[in-house]
Amino acid sequence: MKAIISIELYKIFRRPRTYIAFGAIAALIMVIQLGLKMDGQSYASFLMKDINDTLTVDGKVLNGYLICYILLQLLLVHVPLLVALIAADMISGEANLGTLRLLFTTPYSRTQLVMGKFIAASIYTIVLLIWLAFLALFVSMWIFGTDDLFLLKSNYVVLIQEKDVLWRYVGAFVFASFALLTVTSLGFLMSSMANNSIGPIVGTMSAIVFFTILSTLNIPLFAAIKPYLFTTHMNNWKEFFDIKVNENNEAIYGTILNVAKIKNSIIVLTLHIILFVTASVIITKRKDILS
Amino acid sequence: MKKIIKYSVAFLLMLNCSIVSAQVDPLIEKVSQKLALVNDYVAEGVMKTDVSFIKASLGKVKVYFKKPNLLKVKKEGGISLLPKGGVSVTINSLLNTKQYIALPAGTQEFKGKTLRVIKLVPTDEKLDWVISTLWIDPNDALVYKTFTTTKENGSYEITMEYGEYANLGLPSKIIFAFNTKDYKLPNGITLEFGDEDAAAKQKALKHKKGTIEITYRNYVINKGVSNNMF
Repeated sequence: MKAIISIELYKIFRRPRTYIAFGAIAALIMVIQLGLKMDGQSYASFLMKDINDTLTVDGKVLNGYLICYILLQLLLVHVPLLVALIAADMISGEANLGTLRLLFTTPYSRTQLVMGKFIAASIYTIVLLIWLAFLALFVSMWIFGTDDLFLLKSNYVVLIQEKDVLWRYVGAFVFASFALLTVTSLGFLMSSMANNSIGPIVGTMSAIVFFTILSTLNIPLFAAIKPYLFTTHMNNWKEFFDIKVNENNEAIYGTILNVAKIKNSIIVLTLHIILFVTASVIITKRKDILS
Repeated sequence: MKKIIKYSVAFLLMLNCSIVSAQVDPLIEKVSQKLALVNDYVAEGVMKTDVSFIKASLGKVKVYFKKPNLLKVKKEGGISLLPKGGVSVTINSLLNTKQYIALPAGTQEFKGKTLRVIKLVPTDEKLDWVISTLWIDPNDALVYKTFTTTKENGSYEITMEYGEYANLGLPSKIIFAFNTKDYKLPNGITLEFGDEDAAAKQKALKHKKGTIEITYRNYVINKGVSNNMF
């Protein structure tokens, strides 16, 4: 299995396409960081218009932690599309090139080969996420410094102490890995069903866009299915940044408001991963490579 | 007609006398004398923010004061939220200017004490405040509550508790209460699409009244404070 994973990783990282995602993430993050560095105060003033009517906010609001949160809000919706570029090509790409037949004649079982490919695609996804975390969090901390996290949500504001922030990002990135691995497994499933690369890549992207729209629409008709859509749960990394308050309305240090929601989302995403990978294995095992 | 003029002159004289007597209200003078003992101070304290739409934890603060009315609240590392313009309108800033007319407005019960109510009206148009009501204990010349209406930043109620430094008129606890406006950001800006729980979470916050509470731990008095602090 180790040999399969190594070979698959070699294949992934030899392709120029692989680095499109790394380049795209770096470019997007740097553009946003540059914009906020140059004109961040006017952006912050716009966000805090309602607050400034009542209160005077003293401190470094636009710090690395807030910049990272803004970046994740923008990017974690789009990174799945970049993951699909690689994951949805893992089996179908081989089928398209005609190397799948050759691969299936090796002593390894089809299950081993599929699992090896999936693990390699997962490693690529995790590396991409680490790259995102490095640029969005650590580079932002370096450029903008750190302070308390002043988070403006739609209906309320959360002020998290500086020393209470970093572990929340660790949690959020671990959660994001489950979300992106779900996309990887979906792309992988699509890939097992096709004999060319374009179909599964476009199919995975379309599925993500379609289900994301369903998840974000607050229409009662879709309310019943929303809890079962993986896209509904992918954004719940934000729950790490909501804090409990006591009877005196004081935020309680080191708490998360809705731990159950995070746990539920991880369970739903894990079930999706298991379902998609199992389906991929079954489909690939039944795949006709003779005709 | 002569009678009307006579009565009018008599009424105006009486009114003038009452204003003159209000300007030199002995209790206000007593409070001012007590406050005059403090030229400057640095106080450490704990600040609690209680605003319906804000979730914030307790934070350590340092309060800097210098005569006549310089005041600064600084949070030790971190972001602090203070009522806009409200913190600077303290008893010191009200009384140290000496540019007001004091009008007695009877007595009221407050936390088991019978307090004298005195209204201050500024005589200088440039001052930020329009009117202020003070609730003062005549026995120890301590102000326990003020209600001030400002020109630009609304009204503020300040409640004080006293302890170790009561002899200098310095409170051990101060609560700023102020009006808060509704807070709402569009989902398109916060990117919180599909979060149906948002309104429910906001409702879960306790207490709708906006208050900032500072509990002082210790004062360093009359040791000098640089103007750069303000």
